[in-house]
Amino acid sequence: MHPGKTSLAFIDGSRLITESLVRAGADTFIGYPITPANLLYLYATKRYPTMLAAPDEITTLQWMSGFAIAGHVPVTATSFPGYALMLESINMAAMFELPMVIVLVQRLGPATGTATCGAQGDLSLVHGTLSGGYTLPTFSPSNLNDCWDISAKALHTAIRLRTPVVLLTSKEMVMTLQAFDWSHLAEIETLKVKTFSGSDTYIPYKVDESLVPDFMPVSQNNHAVRLTASTHDTKGFLQNSTPEAIENTKRLEAKVTKHLQEYLLFDLDEQAGAQHLVVSYGISAQASREAVRQLRARGEKVSLLVAKTLLPVSRDYVDIANRYERVVVVEENLTGQLRQLLFGAAGRNGLSGVNAIARMISPSEIVDEVMRKF
Amino acid sequence: MNNVKFLTGGQLPFCKGCGHVAVAQNTEKALQKLDFNPLDVVLVTDIGCHGIVDKNFLTHNVHGLHGRSSALAAGISAGLSNPNKKVIVFTGDGGATIGMQHLVGGAHLGFDMTVVVHNNMLYGMTGGQPSEFTPCGFKTPTLPEGSTKSGYDICELMLAAGAAYVERVVGIGDFSDSLARAFSTKGFSLVEVMEICTSYGVKSNPGMKLPKLVEEAGWKVKVFTEAKQRLFQTPQNSNPTSLLSEKLEVEPKYSGAISKPVSIMLSGSAGEGVQLAAEFLARAAMLSGLYATKKGSYPVTVGVGYSAAEVIISHEPILYTGSPVPDILAITSADGLGYARTAAGRMKGGTIYIDQSLDIPQTGAETVVIPFREKVGAQNSSLYSVFYMVGSQHFFPMEALRDIFMANKISQRVSVDIFMQL
Repeated sequence: MHPGKTSLAFIDGSRLITESLVRAGADTFIGYPITPANLLYLYATKRYPTMLAAPDEITTLQWMSGFAIAGHVPVTATSFPGYALMLESINMAAMFELPMVIVLVQRLGPATGTATCGAQGDLSLVHGTLSGGYTLPTFSPSNLNDCWDISAKALHTAIRLRTPVVLLTSKEMVMTLQAFDWSHLAEIETLKVKTFSGSDTYIPYKVDESLVPDFMPVSQNNHAVRLTASTHDTKGFLQNSTPEAIENTKRLEAKVTKHLQEYLLFDLDEQAGAQHLVVSYGISAQASREAVRQLRARGEKVSLLVAKTLLPVSRDYVDIANRYERVVVVEENLTGQLRQLLFGAAGRNGLSGVNAIARMISPSEIVDEVMRKF
Repeated sequence: MNNVKFLTGGQLPFCKGCGHVAVAQNTEKALQKLDFNPLDVVLVTDIGCHGIVDKNFLTHNVHGLHGRSSALAAGISAGLSNPNKKVIVFTGDGGATIGMQHLVGGAHLGFDMTVVVHNNMLYGMTGGQPSEFTPCGFKTPTLPEGSTKSGYDICELMLAAGAAYVERVVGIGDFSDSLARAFSTKGFSLVEVMEICTSYGVKSNPGMKLPKLVEEAGWKVKVFTEAKQRLFQTPQNSNPTSLLSEKLEVEPKYSGAISKPVSIMLSGSAGEGVQLAAEFLARAAMLSGLYATKKGSYPVTVGVGYSAAEVIISHEPILYTGSPVPDILAITSADGLGYARTAAGRMKGGTIYIDQSLDIPQTGAETVVIPFREKVGAQNSSLYSVFYMVGSQHFFPMEALRDIFMANKISQRVSVDIFMQL
């Protein structure tokens, strides 16, 4: 029997992600169907107050932006081909400073690749989504519990920072059914976008120390709203490259990094005396947890870092890693995208990766790499 | 009619003689005629010369991407869902070309908005290249010999797509009544305003007069349709219920009899119940107090090709849900054999249950040949393989599987007895 629990639910991650996002404050889902994000679309038809089927992914992001401008908090779910189409519109939404969550369910690429095969191949793409080196806060759930907690955090971050946020996951996380004890799931606070309450003139991109401007929907008739995707000043007027406008654009990155500690989430399971650190995220985190369990059962000392907030890249991850002689980064892509984000092309001594495509990485591969003489 | 200003009164940011000025001024006049106030209006602009006029409007203003203004405005309109708000799009012939799908879709779905197409028949902001709206014979700086093809007739396209109101006007003088008719239409309306670019169109086509050009291009200046009733209604799920239903819980009733985690692969054909059988297996394990996971594998095709599922059952919570080397493998079709051959080859022990119609794959596992398909038919063969392996392997009582089966509607059309007889 399950210790201390008589009933388990048999569920997939899509169900928890959807329920969590709605409870956290999302009220609209707009999507174009794509494998392997299908379940998120299906659940959306039942759970969101408003669900719209868009004719393509560019339209999806434009409609989402329109809904956000009208005062809603929209969500979509897609995979690489759809995300690629959304790219320019995500840039627009970031410049408008609109809250929304894009659930990116990774599948095997490049191009249409294999729709029904999971992957972790899009972190570099998400990292480079915004032209000019700006960052979309990006989260990745590492198990079903995270599908609940991290999804809510993603939505809350989108609302608090007024920015598109990416929830980076993959096929097996959102489709595999698992026996799950949901009795301990945390309550989720429903957030609303902070609106301007002053009596003076509303300046759409004026900020206080939070660096996040107050929002006003175009549904109201008291203050003129001016949103501009092109470089603009604090009033929302298109500018070429005036100092004020450039400062406003730079603020997009500053607001995301300034608040990072408020949404930086990771699991750090350190073992005293360990010189090996396994680093992972998303679907490979569970294999990493199992590998660490097996290694410890054999008497090996090993620590584990599971990153849940992937972007902006946290210096904390590098600092933690630098406490170890050996660092093994586990991710389901060809070249080690998180590894490169953390350590760059130069890498560091004692750094290696466990990588695979077209299949899940198994715990035994991780065990072998940790035990390998380096 | 009111006198409320919609324009700031400053100089409009266009070349001398540009038709965009007339569009802005007639828009203000039309809105005044309809007694709107500025903040009743959301003006969504696009990339192109016409788009920079938004700084002169006192309305709500949203300045988006090239060609996407109609989709953005559709989202705003649907998000507002307020008949007292007027959503207006300013786009050019270039933007209309890029965003043609958004225009067709907007007209088709009937979003409550008006699109004003500033058609000056070329790309004015980037040097006067021809657009898809450039008429035959029209010259531009990059096409000095003149276009050899006709331009889009956006009005006919919108008519076909189902727009509620469509009109083409020549953008000279007072056409505010036309705009007012469009603005007051409920649903999707579009007005195409014919213009000629003073910087590139006039210079490349000296002496050409706009009305004559429009006539020779075959573009009719008229109302194409009006007063159609097709209005998009934003769907509202008034009673969304939690996805975390207690029905998803499985309360243990029996006891599992495994000594270590067991990894099971079912491999068969799409449409033969493989995923359902795997789910039954996992649920029956949970009914027996075990943890279980179920991962599906299949090609992108629906209804053809292989279908496989991996089930893990364990007394302990399962972290890694993959199972590259199964302990137990059931193969019920030729498609399934093709997919599972690699896994079978990796097995150094365990058991493979395989349909008698298939050849035995190379494997280190014990193989058991069963007439799954012959006995219960192809459609139930995978389900039968699950009953058979539970009966043979004794992971948990057969009653657990029977209970799960009986709770499913499949039990209404297939007797459980055929599966219980080993």
